[in-house]
Amino acid sequence: MKWDEFFVTGEPMIYAAMVSIVVVSLAIPIALTYFKKWNWLWTNWLTTVDHKKIGVMYILAALLMLFRGGVDAILMRAQTAVPDNGLLDGQHYNEIFTTHGVVMILFMAMPFIIGLMNVVIPLQIGARDVAFPRLNAVSFWLFFSGAMLFNISFVIGGSPDAGWSAYFPLASLEFSPTVGNNYYAIALQIAGIGTLLTGINFLVTILKMRAPGMTLMKMPMFTWSVLITNVIIVFAFPVLTVALALMTLDRQFGTQFFAMQSGGMDMLWANLFWVWGHPEVYIVILPAFGIYSEIISTFARKNLYGYKSMVVSMVAISLLSFVVWAHHFYTMGHGVMVNSVFSITTMAIAIPTGVKIFNWLFTLRKGKISFTTPMLYSLAFIPIFTIGGVTGVMLAMASADYQYHNTMFLVAHFHYVLIPGTVFAVIAGFHFWFPKVFGFMLNEKLGKLSFWFIAISFNVTFFPLFILGLNGMTRRMYTYSESTGYGPLNMLSMVGAVGLTIGFIILVYNIYWSVRYSPRNIKSDPWDARSLEWSTHSPVPEYNFALIPTVNRLDAHWFAKKEGKPLATGKYEPIHMPNNSGLPIIMGAAFFFWGFFMVFSWWIPAIVFGVVILGTLAYRTFEKDHGHYISVEEIERTEKALRGEQHEN
Amino acid sequence: MKIDHSVPMEYSTDENKMKILGFWIFLGAEIALFSTLFAVYFTLQGNTKVGPTSADLFHLTPVMIETILLLSSSFTIGLGIHAMRLGLKKPMMTFFGITLALGAAFLGVEVYEFVTYVGEGATIQTSGFLSALFTLLGTHGLHVTFGLLWGGAILLQIKKRGFTPETTNKSFIFSLYWHFLDVVWIFIFSFVYLKGLM
Repeated sequence: MKWDEFFVTGEPMIYAAMVSIVVVSLAIPIALTYFKKWNWLWTNWLTTVDHKKIGVMYILAALLMLFRGGVDAILMRAQTAVPDNGLLDGQHYNEIFTTHGVVMILFMAMPFIIGLMNVVIPLQIGARDVAFPRLNAVSFWLFFSGAMLFNISFVIGGSPDAGWSAYFPLASLEFSPTVGNNYYAIALQIAGIGTLLTGINFLVTILKMRAPGMTLMKMPMFTWSVLITNVIIVFAFPVLTVALALMTLDRQFGTQFFAMQSGGMDMLWANLFWVWGHPEVYIVILPAFGIYSEIISTFARKNLYGYKSMVVSMVAISLLSFVVWAHHFYTMGHGVMVNSVFSITTMAIAIPTGVKIFNWLFTLRKGKISFTTPMLYSLAFIPIFTIGGVTGVMLAMASADYQYHNTMFLVAHFHYVLIPGTVFAVIAGFHFWFPKVFGFMLNEKLGKLSFWFIAISFNVTFFPLFILGLNGMTRRMYTYSESTGYGPLNMLSMVGAVGLTIGFIILVYNIYWSVRYSPRNIKSDPWDARSLEWSTHSPVPEYNFALIPTVNRLDAHWFAKKEGKPLATGKYEPIHMPNNSGLPIIMGAAFFFWGFFMVFSWWIPAIVFGVVILGTLAYRTFEKDHGHYISVEEIERTEKALRGEQHEN
Repeated sequence: MKIDHSVPMEYSTDENKMKILGFWIFLGAEIALFSTLFAVYFTLQGNTKVGPTSADLFHLTPVMIETILLLSSSFTIGLGIHAMRLGLKKPMMTFFGITLALGAAFLGVEVYEFVTYVGEGATIQTSGFLSALFTLLGTHGLHVTFGLLWGGAILLQIKKRGFTPETTNKSFIFSLYWHFLDVVWIFIFSFVYLKGLM
């Protein structure tokens, strides 16, 4: 391989990206050295096993990926804004819609949700950490190294260009000869292992570490949604693992899984991908439903309407999510019977989802609603998501789908589900739980301003795509002629995309502003909320709860406030905490280099790093690490300081 | 760390109980993984094209030897855990050692079989059927290989540290893993080999 094949060349935008990558990767270590922050970074963040800090790192990485995926999105909208545009060529456009999809789903939506899970779940169930804190750090570093590996593809070797669903035969070596799809297979594999470990970790955490008295049916709704989501993760991600492994084997080891000429089957890929891919959609949407449930009941000042039906409908959605996958390819000829069955199961999902929508509406009914930023996102979610849901039922009808399939109508549909569903939810959750982690609030005025920009611009961007799709514009089309008449609506969509960008810039500015100027003397429960995480201090001490609370009902914290009775009494005892460890980040780095060499089929260094990975596992099994205890005096000191600073009540 | 003496040592702390539950959940994920591989195999089973079919390829003798080796190893690791619960260090280590030896012998026969297949012109690249076959068997074989390394590491720890809540917990979890590999092999034996021989 020559150097000009190794680096992507010939595009001014790529050169600019290379320069900025080099500048940033030089600037970070120089700044760290200049401000003498290496030690701080290593001991407080890179080696941490604290679920709150890991959650913050997930969210930071997700915001970074939101920027990356957002740049892709703006480029696509700019390219299609006017007919016969020459901003991007076809190949570049293919790469950009592929990375946009992968980055937004796997490296933005999922880590953002997992980040919120990490921050909130142990607090919400009254625990001091997750079940396996060290494994949690490993999960994060595997996700991070997968994300970084995927992201360097556009300057080194070339990005994948076969769509985020990477259908065969397009994704085969024959039709995608660059290393792009090797990156896809290996980077998602590494991140996927991390996600599977997260799934196991949170299942055990929720099943085994709840505060005394918190039975399953007394758990907050977000915890319920995360429990169900993690069941889906555990059973869906192994399918992706296999699919990606087969892709690697086919592309790099000459196997015949997906090549028709030697007895493979291209549709096998489509089936495997969507057997994982459709549950994946619910992995990113169910926690969002949980977040909305928390926020809506908090700001309607009412308990959540229909708690049991909420749980039942989420369980129903999780089961149905595994039996609808073929609706992604109705048009690929699998017969009337199969299409009918999948049509019915797909439409059936509307029922439990509808139940949830009505539950939120009934929770709002006669509530004393306060229109805070998180609440605005939650209120906007209900009607916008319903548009996404209704168009989903339209697409679910197999015969009608022959009209909609692979048009912009579909693109509009899934953005109408994923953005108000997942993106609004994670932003709402971010505003809602921010004070819990950092001890100060995000500015409400800026928050609301960015909400209005985002909510309105979202509709301006994506509603025109419904009409474009019905007019016949297909997805993934890098340009079109003026005679098609697609120009004006695409231009309108571009205007919306600019508005969305402004909205996100205000959001980021809000973080900056609040870090500098937001008042620090807030109460531990600034929103007057309902669940256990608000019963401890803001910011939360390392050990979460000095005394483990005892729970006797749903929303126990709320009733404890009303009745003036504390949830936890007794004397402090030494608290056992896990030790920090540098091993997870070393493992992440080893996986990164292993993956990088695998991508280029450089076997000897790949084997070397494979052995390094085994070495880290061996080190771990022989390591003696029993954690440490926080003494009673230290707990008293911390508690006093946290109370003193906060002028509580 | 609170130790509960009313249950076997591998369950005696909260952390141990969580590790065992977590491993059961991991085995759930492994079931999903192998189910997918079986699904791929059943889909591509008939697509032999120019290459040999399963009836051309499979011979009962080596497969029967593999089955006997692996099933016996599942029995001996059960005896090992029994010895561990009785607090008998040396018998436990002996049974674990026999288990690993049987696993290694299984692996040897499997490698021999793979070499034979390749010698008959049946490689992983030949046809859809063979790609699926080698991948399914290979994934199981890799699990066994990893098990040998893991089991060896645990034996060393038992030798050095004796029975502690940590080492017994690790040994017990390893036994779950080993039994699971046996279960997968029973499916491979029945639905890949016996069905393929017919």
